[in-house]
Amino acid sequence: MMFYDHKINSRLLLGTAGYPSPEILSDAIIESQTEIITVSLRREGKAGASFRTLLNQVNKKFLPNTAGCHTVKEAVTTAQMARELFNTDWIKLEVIGNADTLQPDPFALVEAARILTQDGFKVFPYTTEDLIVGEKLLEAGCEVLMPWGAPIGSGQGLRNIEALRTMRAYFKNVPLIVDAGIGSPSQAAHAMEIGFDGILLNTAVAKAKDPILMAAAFRDAIVAGHHAYRAGIMEKRDMAYASTPIYGLADFN
Amino acid sequence: MNIYLNGNLLTTSAKTLSELLKEQNIDSTVVAAAMNGDFVPRHVYETTAVTEGSKIEILSPMQGG
Repeated sequence: MMFYDHKINSRLLLGTAGYPSPEILSDAIIESQTEIITVSLRREGKAGASFRTLLNQVNKKFLPNTAGCHTVKEAVTTAQMARELFNTDWIKLEVIGNADTLQPDPFALVEAARILTQDGFKVFPYTTEDLIVGEKLLEAGCEVLMPWGAPIGSGQGLRNIEALRTMRAYFKNVPLIVDAGIGSPSQAAHAMEIGFDGILLNTAVAKAKDPILMAAAFRDAIVAGHHAYRAGIMEKRDMAYASTPIYGLADFN
Repeated sequence: MNIYLNGNLLTTSAKTLSELLKEQNIDSTVVAAAMNGDFVPRHVYETTAVTEGSKIEILSPMQGG
């Protein structure tokens, strides 16, 4: 599986925010077997130095985000700062349209994606399941699309699964990552079963009672869901169909 | 001269961004900077003038989703 020019083995992309401690975050990253972790930029706080140390130690590829940006200008400036700070041209582009729902502003998203792609960025856009927005993002130069499953941090799972199925069918050869809203491993597995290429999540692991164990659960669920997709899931039937052969059935009458 | 550094009003004698970072004891290799909404690359800190009322953001790596 390729995200831009980068070959990945793990299909789990893990966020780094909201863990009970830096040690648990570090262990969860290791347990998840993720290769890509999301990070952000903020004004330096007390824990700044220890987080930098952790980033140096985990040896993962960084996907910085533009979380909290509401305009094209904010997102572009944040992306440029992230490129220098994290030494990567990857950017998880979020342009938020509403502070309560945290849904993407698709118009600003497409514009920011175009500007950043022209500036040499490899853009991972946090988008909706809208096909035309997806088309415009590809036209703008994105080679990956990241539709939401549900609002960020909501844990509602795949709120519009039929639209996600349509998106998968429509963008046959585009890497699609479900980003945001995943609450439980079964939801992640479901997204993988319908053919998504990866899952980006944070809160579901960070806010679990045992984040390290939950990281393992997501790791396994995503692998299982992907295997199931490749294996080909049987079609549903309206009626029962005996799985055990009738031939050779004993007659006890 | 008064400027805003990360939203806080600050009186400084620094003439450039490079001088400001030194004055504030900020290691320029672990931060990224923006002035008045625009990104300022590290290699131009020394030639970037800080002027009255400048709004400067100095950002660090942080946890994110």
